Amino acid sequence: MLLAPYAVMLLTALKPEAELRITPPRLLPVEWRPLNFWTVLRDPEFQSWLTVSLVVALVSTLLVLVAAVPAAYHTARHRFPGRGAFLFLVLVTQMFAPTALVVGLYREFFELGLINTYTALIAVNAAFNLAFAIWILRAFFASIPREIEEAAAVDGCGPAGALFRIILPVALPGIVTAGIFAFIAAWNEYIIALTLMTDTSMRPLTVGITSYVTAYVQHWDLLFAASTIAIVPVVVLFALIEPYLVGGLTAGSVK
Amino acid sequence: MGLRNYGRLLELEALPTVIGNTVIWVAVVVAVTIIISLPLAQLLNESFPGRRLVRWALIVPWAASLIMTSKLFVWIYDYYFGLLNRAMTAAGLAPVDWLGDDRTVMGAMIAVGVFVSLPFTTYVLLAGLQTIPGEVYEAARVDGARGWRAYRWVTLPLLRPALLVAAVLNLIYVFNSFPIVWTLNDRNPGFAHDTMITFMYKIAFKSALRDVGLAAALGVVNVLLILVAVVAYLRVARPREEPV
Repeated sequence: MLLAPYAVMLLTALKPEAELRITPPRLLPVEWRPLNFWTVLRDPEFQSWLTVSLVVALVSTLLVLVAAVPAAYHTARHRFPGRGAFLFLVLVTQMFAPTALVVGLYREFFELGLINTYTALIAVNAAFNLAFAIWILRAFFASIPREIEEAAAVDGCGPAGALFRIILPVALPGIVTAGIFAFIAAWNEYIIALTLMTDTSMRPLTVGITSYVTAYVQHWDLLFAASTIAIVPVVVLFALIEPYLVGGLTAGSVK
Repeated sequence: MGLRNYGRLLELEALPTVIGNTVIWVAVVVAVTIIISLPLAQLLNESFPGRRLVRWALIVPWAASLIMTSKLFVWIYDYYFGLLNRAMTAAGLAPVDWLGDDRTVMGAMIAVGVFVSLPFTTYVLLAGLQTIPGEVYEAARVDGARGWRAYRWVTLPLLRPALLVAAVLNLIYVFNSFPIVWTLNDRNPGFAHDTMITFMYKIAFKSALRDVGLAAALGVVNVLLILVAVVAYLRVARPREEPV
């Protein structure tokens, strides 16, 4: 049931264009046309959307992890004034989807002259995914017993050494989970890209593929071939972190 | 000039309709999602052959981009070439212009909203179910509670925190949801089927108004509404401080 619509997506992507306009419509293609995927992959516009999506998702994920790992480790291990307020703020920013702030963000980046730049889109994605990454990572760090670090200290390992040689390897599943979450969120982001990237060549996949079907052209076959290409990798990534989904999403709030 | 924009919000003729749409959109999507997610989470909590596959199927609508899923439903809902009307005619019913008919467009959008909200909600409820220790059920059985009665009087009360988390987070996500309404309501002129979020976007960038200041004022109203929901959420489900 849940997969049926996506089966329609895949089957439509495998139809020749002429078959999209037959009535009554058929579920299965009469003539199978896997070549549609090749047409999309060779399309220079698709290649440029793919490049933008990859650059934005990868760089923003990297930024998120570089900032979130120390922040999460620190809040999980130390009490400091305002710790509660800090975590509260993290949670509040998680609630604010970029959608609510899109008009303000557009004005800000317009003033800064950053419309149609990687900088703008990467900065927004990193900022919005940071809070959630800290939240997930903090739960992972908090679950690592302190004794491990104390044992490392006894063996002559400094705090930095303990972090890099002991804690980070143990917390690797958490870091991978947070990273995949940030990557998928950036990969699928639509409204900010729609607003800030007005130049066709700077559009990511989510915005770009919609130009396959407009009032003038109706390439549903190519739209769905491109969508399938965009969806399959993130489904695989999501399947990898599936065992951590339950804990990671609700850490600290359900238990 | 700042405050004037708020005054002008009240002069927007479409505002009452948009507020009504938003209330229906959020309330129905969240309620139906939770009602379907409860048995789904229960199913995934049991072990049965193929459970892994069901879990993987469940994450597809979650991982997939909302805009791509929305486009897919535009195609499925299509009057002439969509498979939904094919199924309607096969069942002897008249085809419906799902996204063009004022009576069906909101229902069609709500169905997609529920479809994409199910995975997250089911996982949150599953997390809640997994925190209920098995002994609780044994004790209930000793006291004679089985089946529906055990579910009603043991599972549901213990699931309360997870239900609240699912409800409030969904409230925020569904309120803020943009691509579904934006894409499925694309063909219809005016604001008859818009929610606060798509209304705000149209005021800023698409309609004849093109009024960024006015849209920003509406954006602030939206944020305040969400903030109220967040505060309610945090009051209910404050994260427990672990000992350091």
